[in-house]
Amino acid sequence: MKIYVCVKSVPDSAATIRIVGRNQFDEHITFIINPYDEHAIEEAMRLRATNEKAEVIAVCVGRAEAAGSLQSALAMGADRGIHVTTDDAVDSFITALALKAAILADGQPDIIFTGKQSIDAEGFQTMFRLGAVLGVPVATNVTAFALQDGIATVDCEMEAGGRAVFRMPLPCIIAAGKALNNPRYPTLPDIMKARKKPIQTLALASLDLPTPSAGMEVIGLRPAVEDRRRHIIAGTGEQAVAELIRLLREEARVL
Amino acid sequence: MQKIGILIETRDQRVKPAMYGVITAARGPERELYGLVFDGRGREYKDNLAAYGISRVVAVQSENGMIAWNPDTWAQAIVQVMEQLEINILFGLTSAWTKDIFPRVAAMLDVPLVLDCLRVDIDNLTAEKSRFSGKTIATYKLHGSHFLFAVRPNVIEARQAAGTAQVDAFTVRLDHERMTVEAVEQDPAARVDLSEAEIIISGGRAMGNSDNFQILQQCAEIIDAAVGASRVAVEAGWVPHSMQVGQTGTTVSPKLYIACGISGSVQHFAGMKTSEVIVAINTDSGANIMQSCDYGIVGDLFEIVPLLTGQLKAIKNNE
Ligand SMILES: Cc1cc2nc3c(=O)[nH]c(=O)nc-3n(C[C@H](O)[C@H](O)[C@H](O)COP(=O)(O)OP(=O)(O)OC[C@H]3O[C@@H](n4cnc5c(N)ncnc54)[C@H](O)[C@@H]3O)c2cc1C
Ligand SMILES: Nc1ncnc2c1ncn2[C@@H]1O[C@H](COP(=O)(O)O)[C@@H](O)[C@H]1O
Repeated sequence: MKIYVCVKSVPDSAATIRIVGRNQFDEHITFIINPYDEHAIEEAMRLRATNEKAEVIAVCVGRAEAAGSLQSALAMGADRGIHVTTDDAVDSFITALALKAAILADGQPDIIFTGKQSIDAEGFQTMFRLGAVLGVPVATNVTAFALQDGIATVDCEMEAGGRAVFRMPLPCIIAAGKALNNPRYPTLPDIMKARKKPIQTLALASLDLPTPSAGMEVIGLRPAVEDRRRHIIAGTGEQAVAELIRLLREEARVL
Repeated sequence: MQKIGILIETRDQRVKPAMYGVITAARGPERELYGLVFDGRGREYKDNLAAYGISRVVAVQSENGMIAWNPDTWAQAIVQVMEQLEINILFGLTSAWTKDIFPRVAAMLDVPLVLDCLRVDIDNLTAEKSRFSGKTIATYKLHGSHFLFAVRPNVIEARQAAGTAQVDAFTVRLDHERMTVEAVEQDPAARVDLSEAEIIISGGRAMGNSDNFQILQQCAEIIDAAVGASRVAVEAGWVPHSMQVGQTGTTVSPKLYIACGISGSVQHFAGMKTSEVIVAINTDSGANIMQSCDYGIVGDLFEIVPLLTGQLKAIKNNE
């Protein structure tokens, strides 16, 4: 059984994003494996544990530095990695085509795990584009996963705590939500062992991808301004609350 | 005339209030707005939708009547409606439903999609959305034959536009299902989805336990608010994950966000920083949230929130 996991390398959510020029940012910051993709790896590891012949392959499209996030996936237990390298900012159209090409050049996927969203682009869509180009079904925001007789049964989180249960045949794509599992923390030996695991590198340009007929580019980037009043209301509790209500009604007009 | 489709979300046989801001965002000269309704109704919504500028209500159904929820078949149906009615722009609300349908439609048509837009410029085919967990706003330029936009609830204020609408049924032919739906369960206790609420009162680590959330609930009932939480409160098991606001929870943009005993981490802010007004109640005047709020009260939430509830109740009773 071949289990593929798509992992993206993203800026640490605690890092400061310093905008450079019109649409770039200073990339000399810490990059991490996209947090949702850790849930994808964890689920892949749990599936592998039930199947002796299963192999988990982490696939990443990104700059040379993104190899660090593939290392994290290997430290969590993935058997090997495939790194499609590019210096360009790639959109979800190209990413999906690159993931497809890299996966099919490697083997026939039985199942592909992804995260439900990347925390940098927040696109919510790469897995669906991958599903469309591979012609396989996709479930997103998955909170429970079970596999029996080649049929995946998944719980997906819906609005206001609701859930939907879907069934789909393999091969399929499972996009992990946060409630799916608790990702394991690699130990030091895990990290050491991961250094010996193979990572295959493929240049994006060498994949001979079809030219997408559509695309999305970031043409501008600006800080989200926090233009807040910062009015700290003084007085006793009673007074402060009365003043707060007055301000909310008369100044901000939201009550 | 440019034809724009809008996926109309309903709850309990009513158009979700946040839809009207989405319709407002899609409106413009030389544009014809089509409201796509999937819940088996249409005529019932006509007047409300027309009041915001929709001129054509399309009641989408299959040969067997109403199309039961299945993201794969709904997406197929939307693609057929768009192709047959020559709609090349589709709008919707950012919600759990659109996060499951819009990317399918975009992938089927191989066209661009921006989910969770803060602003859309239809003439230039650009859209603004958060990037890097709310720290920056990115402007996207889209290229393609069709364009999909899902707008964050409450970021665009609804404005009425006089108009009338006609209702047409549209019957789609559904292909085989690639995924089957075994069950759909909505939590009956959940009143409004957090992301659509106009007022949210949230509790963090300082809440201490599950029972204390009652204090927030009591206040919420008076001002018709939804109750949210920080990740700490969720991970401690005090409240369900559906109540978590933030980078790994729900993104919200209410008129009023009241944070009680929440320090204001980057990850929490990622989910609520586009709120119109932020109020912080915190014992620590140096807490992060005090630097990024509109109104702050330095105090113990167990004293302040009940006072707030009491005073709001008194005002409500007098009005
Ligand atoms: C990858 C990642 C994703 C994350 N995603 C999220 C997310 O989606 N949402 C989220 O919220 N967090 C998220 N976090 C966690 C985040 O970093 C913070 O740890 C969390 O938001 C802190 O929660 P808090 O404000 O409730 O707790 P604390 O930071 O501990 O703050 C508690 C506050 O309560 C105040 N206080 C104490 N007693 C009282 C009292 N009696 N009355 C009033 N105030 C009092 C304190 O002064 C303090 O400011 C994420 C973290 C990571 C690494
Ligand atoms: N460059 C990439 N390399 C590998 N996987 C990716 C990449 N971009 C997106 N993905 C996968 O697609 C998911 C959704 O990403 P997004 O569409 O950006 O929100 C992520 O959680 C990843 O699993």
